[in-house]
Amino acid sequence: MKPESFIPLLLALMLSPLLPGVINRTKALFAGRRGPPLLQIYFDLWKLLHKGAVYSRTTTWIFRAGPMLGLAAVLTAAMLVPLGNFPALIAFPADFLLFAGLLGLMRFFTVLAALDTGSSFEGMGASREVFFSALAEPALLVALATLARQAGSYSLSTLLGQVAGGHWLHLGPVLALVMIALMIVLLAENARIPVDDPNTHLELTMIHEVMVLDHGGPDFAFIVYGAALKLWLLAALVVGMVVPATGAPGLDLALVMGGMFAVAVVVGVVESVMARLRLAMVPQLLVGAGALAAAAFLLGLK
Amino acid sequence: MGLLFAMAILLLGAMAVLALSRPDRNVSWLGAGSVVIASVLGCVPVIQVLSGGSIEAVRVPWPVPYGEFFLVLDPLAAWFLFPTLLLSALSAIYGVGYLRVWQGRRSLGPVWFFYCVLVLGMMLVLLARNAVLFLFAWELMAVASFFLVTFEYEREAVREAGWIYFVATHLGTAFLLVFFLLTARETGSMDFTVWAEKGIQTRGLADILFLLAIVGFGTKAGFMPFHVWLPEAHPAAPSHVSALMSGVMIKTGIYGLLRSLTFLGLPPLWWGWLLIGIGLTSGVLGVLFALAQHDLKRLLAYHSVENIGIIALGIGVGLLGVSTGSPVLMVVGFGGGLLHVLNHALFKGLLFFGAGAVLQGTGTHEIDHLGGLLKRMPWTAATFLIGAVAISGLPPLNGFVSEFLIFLGAFQGGATLGAAGAVPLLALIAGLALIGGLAAACFTKAFGVVFLGEPRTEHASHTHETGWAMRLPMLLLAAGCALIGLFAPFVVGALQAVLENTTGLRREVVRVNLAAAAGPLALVVIGTVAFLLLLVALFLLRRGLLAGRRVEQGVTWGCGYVQPTARMQYTASSFVQPVTTLFRWLLGTHRRLQRPEGIMPANASLTTETPDLCHGNLYRPGFLKVNWGLSQLRRLQRGPVQLYVLYIAVTLIVLLAWKFR
Repeated sequence: MKPESFIPLLLALMLSPLLPGVINRTKALFAGRRGPPLLQIYFDLWKLLHKGAVYSRTTTWIFRAGPMLGLAAVLTAAMLVPLGNFPALIAFPADFLLFAGLLGLMRFFTVLAALDTGSSFEGMGASREVFFSALAEPALLVALATLARQAGSYSLSTLLGQVAGGHWLHLGPVLALVMIALMIVLLAENARIPVDDPNTHLELTMIHEVMVLDHGGPDFAFIVYGAALKLWLLAALVVGMVVPATGAPGLDLALVMGGMFAVAVVVGVVESVMARLRLAMVPQLLVGAGALAAAAFLLGLK
Repeated sequence: MGLLFAMAILLLGAMAVLALSRPDRNVSWLGAGSVVIASVLGCVPVIQVLSGGSIEAVRVPWPVPYGEFFLVLDPLAAWFLFPTLLLSALSAIYGVGYLRVWQGRRSLGPVWFFYCVLVLGMMLVLLARNAVLFLFAWELMAVASFFLVTFEYEREAVREAGWIYFVATHLGTAFLLVFFLLTARETGSMDFTVWAEKGIQTRGLADILFLLAIVGFGTKAGFMPFHVWLPEAHPAAPSHVSALMSGVMIKTGIYGLLRSLTFLGLPPLWWGWLLIGIGLTSGVLGVLFALAQHDLKRLLAYHSVENIGIIALGIGVGLLGVSTGSPVLMVVGFGGGLLHVLNHALFKGLLFFGAGAVLQGTGTHEIDHLGGLLKRMPWTAATFLIGAVAISGLPPLNGFVSEFLIFLGAFQGGATLGAAGAVPLLALIAGLALIGGLAAACFTKAFGVVFLGEPRTEHASHTHETGWAMRLPMLLLAAGCALIGLFAPFVVGALQAVLENTTGLRREVVRVNLAAAAGPLALVVIGTVAFLLLLVALFLLRRGLLAGRRVEQGVTWGCGYVQPTARMQYTASSFVQPVTTLFRWLLGTHRRLQRPEGIMPANASLTTETPDLCHGNLYRPGFLKVNWGLSQLRRLQRGPVQLYVLYIAVTLIVLLAWKFR
């Protein structure tokens, strides 16, 4: 275990709440507003951690355990994801399966906590969440299988670096397709437009936001922080594909951080220029992402 | 030999239970006791063989034509025997508690007699090495389980389910009969060891035999489209029998398939393709139909189809490995499939036990009538939750470990093989990912609607936790699911003997490839430990933060609505509505909607029902045609004795003419 393999984890822990801030600022810019401070999520977390809590009489220990299990899962997942040229803390062949599994575990308990309230709103959100993520899962794994085939390696820490390190020249179309697929997965998994609108806080069209309607206080802080981490980790996958290693650690770090914020800006731009899809259209988008990834795989067969 | 002793105890137990049975006497402990003792005795040689001990064989003449009482305990049989013995014992203990409500109303002798015979039949199937003995044991197993399924024969639906099971299993056996006859004619022996030595050399014959084995053994295992009996029989049977049938009896089909593969020589590439295709069809359709169900046991039955699909995917990867000469794929593919056999026995047994506890507590397995059971049945709920996480293939439990192995094989094959091998593996990756996601959807639904929220009907609000006889097996199985997850590398190491036996690879090759698979799993375990530590840290953090602060109780936020009722909650049907709408063309869900009408609507209702795809569209029309065809033969039978004498005379003349032709 090399000292620099702590860097991705530490950066994720410290900087992940910054990404939603960047997204919100980008959206504000497009709308001609000043927008909330970049550090708004940090302020929110600080405030939430100092609050008490109100629990519904319907709920059980599942509702209280859900946010803890979710955050523990995504924190463990953060140990598996490299950042650019910096390897992850834990790397092994097919580590992305554990990564996907941990995100699945997080979702499983968020959904159960939502169902625990007995509220039909949260049931509705839970129903959509499990359905859309079931369709996003094949896209993610097929995309990773394509990368694994091109890189000849099965660990996130090595395969992303190798892809970024030179395959773009002769495999441009393949990698571009994979990247689009991963980007769609990122938008869907983090409940962003065009799949979900994080701003419609009490409308019936929501997925993630509505599921956590009844949480408050430290529990909600865990959820908000977990969501920010999840966005960071999936962004790190996309950025890892693109940013090559230069050899100079300082420059590497600057490039990678630039890439992360660029992804946040792209998400912000997407949210500014398009509306949310009708719910019936979302499956088509996700199946489309899977199809793109599969096409990339076939294109790369040679 | 411990296993012979165990079988003798089962036989004695069966006889004793039958002899002592009276409606007012409790024979449950006698029946369950003999099963438990037999299982403990049987496990000793099984574990010896699995840890590399010598293979044991018994050969006794048997006065049946071509038959011989020839039993061999090799690692493959031992691997399947272990979950069989384990789950038989736990189901027996559970059955003592489960059948208590029947005490005094019904003589329990027959049910325990058939239970012992079923366990004996399964043991014989796994040990038999003579084709006639195998078929005898196969039939013993089928008939005993038929009588167990029809335990509540007073109910029309149960008799119907038993009938479907009886027909399906015998149609499957018909294919096996042809399989055994053809193999015996080719090799000139009824001995499995001779078959394995000689092998089938003719290519075309091997292909036909493979297809026969797929249909024959696949009917027992529940491959789509031969699965029709599962969703009928499992809900009808008593829950401990459902657990045993779904957890281990259907695996005898997988065992049979693996055993017959050892007779058939080198597989061509398309065998692997076919098994991956069957696995994907069974897996995806199984989980989709499970999603659409709102009967808890029917839902679990469809999940058995799904999990059998996952096992078939593992075997498919292994077969691709054999065809392409890749030991990695062989070890990881067969290994993942075999491990899933054990894992599925644990979590599916657990889930059926949980469903049985719910049924006994509430009197219904209609999911939409339940809700809020976690508060009244905390133990059942907690163990069911562990089973639900495990069957969804999520870390850190056992379901993840076997799916990880199959995925690992698919990723490695997908990255190294040519197009003919890589494309089916790509389909496997996409399909298995979809299956995992949909299984998680299905079990958040099942657990969430049954155990969380508010009780939806009276059924759910007056219930109680189960007794210890039913709780203990659930706790043990839940512990098993967690332990396999935590000790994954060791468990994978235990596959060594059985993989040598199945793949025929050299010891060293298997060891190296298993170690290559166990390495990542060791790091998965490190991740799991990190996860658990983080969970404890977060728990302490949250407790510290909330200490001394105001923590209040309130009502669930209803967006300002002040009179919420339990009936406003999302139900199982509404939870899966997006999926059933998207796959409407496949599922064919019937909706009967009575709209609310008028200014003060009094009545409104919505019923959804998803009948089986193959049952309604394939088998029912097919069997109706057969029935029609056979009824035409009735014209021959008109009653007058003279006519029958004429038939006899004509037959004799025809035979005479044929003889002197």
